[in-house]
Amino acid sequence: MSQMIQQLMQRYRYSLILLNQLVITDFKLRYKGSFLGYVWSLLRPLMTFAILYVVFVNFLKIGADIPHFAVYLLFGVVLWNYFTEVTSNGLQAIVGKGDLMRKLYFPRYVIVIAGSFSALINLGINLIVVGIFMAVNGVPFTWHLILVIPLIIELFIFSLSIAFLLSALYVKFRDVSYIWEVILQAGFYATPVLYPISLVVDRSELAAKVMLMSPVAQVIQDARRFAISPDTVTTSSLISNPFIQVIPFLIVIVLAIISIMYFKKKAPNFAEEI
Amino acid sequence: MTTNQPTVIDINAVSKDFVLPHEKVDSIKSAFVNPFRKQGSVEVQHALKNISFEVKKGEFFGIVGRNGSGKSTLLKIIAGIYKPTTGSVNVTGRLVPFIELGVGFNPDLSGRENVYLNGALMGFSSKEVDEKYDAIVAFAEIERFMDQKLKNYSSGMQVRLAFSVATVLAESDVLLIDEVLAVGDADFQRKCFEYFKKLKRDKKTVIFVSHDMNAVREYCDRALLINDSEVVFQGTSDQTAKEYMRLFMPEQYQAQQDEEVKAQNQGKWGTGGANIEKITIDKRNITQDDKDFTFTVKVKALQDFPDGLLYGMTIKNQQDEGLLGTNSRIIRKETKEPIRSGDIVELNWSLSNIFNEGIYIIEPAISDPVNMDVIQWWDDAARFTVRHEQKTPYKVAPPINLEITKK
Repeated sequence: MSQMIQQLMQRYRYSLILLNQLVITDFKLRYKGSFLGYVWSLLRPLMTFAILYVVFVNFLKIGADIPHFAVYLLFGVVLWNYFTEVTSNGLQAIVGKGDLMRKLYFPRYVIVIAGSFSALINLGINLIVVGIFMAVNGVPFTWHLILVIPLIIELFIFSLSIAFLLSALYVKFRDVSYIWEVILQAGFYATPVLYPISLVVDRSELAAKVMLMSPVAQVIQDARRFAISPDTVTTSSLISNPFIQVIPFLIVIVLAIISIMYFKKKAPNFAEEI
Repeated sequence: MTTNQPTVIDINAVSKDFVLPHEKVDSIKSAFVNPFRKQGSVEVQHALKNISFEVKKGEFFGIVGRNGSGKSTLLKIIAGIYKPTTGSVNVTGRLVPFIELGVGFNPDLSGRENVYLNGALMGFSSKEVDEKYDAIVAFAEIERFMDQKLKNYSSGMQVRLAFSVATVLAESDVLLIDEVLAVGDADFQRKCFEYFKKLKRDKKTVIFVSHDMNAVREYCDRALLINDSEVVFQGTSDQTAKEYMRLFMPEQYQAQQDEEVKAQNQGKWGTGGANIEKITIDKRNITQDDKDFTFTVKVKALQDFPDGLLYGMTIKNQQDEGLLGTNSRIIRKETKEPIRSGDIVELNWSLSNIFNEGIYIIEPAISDPVNMDVIQWWDDAARFTVRHEQKTPYKVAPPINLEITKK
């Protein structure tokens, strides 16, 4: 067993060294030149929370029926931001390092993965803030919280798959960045991040069901259910047919396969096509 | 010499085509919205055609050719940056390419951080870099600046740092070196060439791309000549350099040929009985940093000399003024050992480098130890060039030391 691990380590030695150094560099450069530096990692979600609290809890008063709605919102926003960050980082990853590609050979996927890891570190920091607010708001901590981890892994895989696909497409088609920007914006409103999905269920249950087919929506709702309020409407609570329930997971798996295949096929030509 | 060694790089029938669309399809609109319009005509550029060669372990292998001949594309294919259209590339061992210095240097990171980043890009873990960090900094001679951001470095400092990271760290099996390495001021070039010498001493496998025939001759064992995407010649570095000159520098080639023909027969005079077959200069271009100057003379006896021979040499400057000269009797190296017909004697001359800038001529000679008759004297047998930065208007410029003490 340990020998197998060693062989794997040997095989991916270069990738690991590079990944490690790229993530460190990215983290070092992230807040370079800003006065507060790393404090911003914490300050940003705090400020988001403040805004959400003022707008949604004080003025709009939607979601009053959901307990701890402000934390509920913040958690959703944090997860959505993670998805945005990974995919946007990924989109630029290959083209942004074009200069490097033309002068050095290294496994191309490392760059895309490095971008997602930086975002993952950021997500970790944000989740700490969410945890603090959960405690402050008196959200009961249960063992269900552990189930958030596989959900984050699912979101990580999904975002990374999209990042792979976009990064390879962007090499050839520069329109992709604009298209993706629009998709992200539409996706933000089509995903129950800022509003409770119950609002949609009241109007049209079918629309709500379709919305919950999105892996991001499924992850956000499930995570909220496990971490904050067990009454959250999720894919599995709204849809009884188990075959339809698994659609979000199928989407994740199929997309991962397609993206990896496409990326593998295109990767050898990146250096000359950029 | 290296033929028994295992093959480290095996390039087999490699071709590379670049497809260059005249109107680049880089937006989805032009790919999908306009399917009826004739797609921009495509031009296929054959950058490399059917290239095959092998490099053995420990060889210093040159790839020469003019700009645009495809030699850099070949280097990138060996490095794995480009994928060959057809054919295969097999490299055994760890390969480090130096296509450009300081690849991936980030101006917002400190010198120290950049060393680690650059090291990782070349495949060295932080631990490995840690071990050599002090050597890198010492070699670059910028200890004081390592914690400053790279953007505050002068360009010279950046190059020095990049070069020392590359050279100190990259103790790998195979090195690919592009000629761009050897740009820069004279001091830097000297460092580069010293590094090449070290690589040669350490028996590293090196692929060196260049169009500097002098460098190729001096460092490479074998070389490959590429012209118009094809291999046109492959042989020892000397042969390849000659072929390169014949193809691209016909005038210089002719001049050199003349010199060689002359070298065979002309300029030799004397009573005969022995022949100076060859004179080899270790380094045809020397600078003030070379402490010694050495050359080898090969003499073949055509008859018996019971009392041995007396060997001499003279070095002249271009104005035909004798600068120095001596013989084996004067320097008390005479051996009275008898020499038989057919014997070959090799003479290794070495002297301190006292030369000032200029071109110098060596004339070896053999004479009879008894009656001092000149058996053979070879006029203008070989030439060498000296570059000297500390210029003085005198004939010689030996290393001079001065210590000033105020009492």
